[in-house]
Amino acid sequence: MPISAANLEAAIRAAIPVAHLEIEDTSNGCGENYAVFVVSEAFEGKSTLARHRFINEVLKEQIAQMHAFSQKTLTPAQYQAHLAKQAA
Amino acid sequence: MFGTALRTSFTALRAPLRVPATALASPSLAFTRRYISQDARAKIQQAVSSTPVVLFMKGTPDAPQCGFSRAAVQVLDIHGVPAEKMKTFDVLADSELRQSIKEFSDWPTIPQLYVNGEFVGGCDILLSMHQSGELDDLLVKSGVIPPEEPESSNQTQN
Repeated sequence: MPISAANLEAAIRAAIPVAHLEIEDTSNGCGENYAVFVVSEAFEGKSTLARHRFINEVLKEQIAQMHAFSQKTLTPAQYQAHLAKQAA
Repeated sequence: MFGTALRTSFTALRAPLRVPATALASPSLAFTRRYISQDARAKIQQAVSSTPVVLFMKGTPDAPQCGFSRAAVQVLDIHGVPAEKMKTFDVLADSELRQSIKEFSDWPTIPQLYVNGEFVGGCDILLSMHQSGELDDLLVKSGVIPPEEPESSNQTQN
């Protein structure tokens, strides 16, 4: 059963408040490879490793069925800085 | 007779200790989360402690079998991690390791990087630490590479 982006989104939104979310299917549609970009205040004060472990746990069942999974986790403040840098 | 050895490796369990609760809560999870054998755990513990830098990857540094593993190898290469301080394990060549390393680290994907026996992260974390400069700091602090020298920029090309 391929994992849908909607499934991933629902799982993430159910777990933490989300300020911004991008889910990219990097598999050309077979539903096996995803890259997620999550911005949440829940990441405040947490190390990158702790954030990734958290997302891994939230999506544990889905990740187990995927071929590849990539993630990026930022706090709202980091996201603003990220946008400013991109715009520059 | 294994009393001491068991206790020692048990302290290395850390994160997986909270597994039973979730396994009980949902029977389907019990399938994806099996306990690895004491033997497999001891072997991995030995492996991650054997060299300052240990990378579990798909394929070998010369012939990586996955883009994520390739990226991890390239990043370590850019930072000039010396060959004698680094060891890689090809999980594709060892199906038991491929499964048990995920449980040992409580991390679902390959590659996985350890520095001085500590789990650092997977490819995403490695790349972001590379970009932010944290990886360089970690490698210097861990005694893997010398503090920045003027000629170190030359060593990044090969």
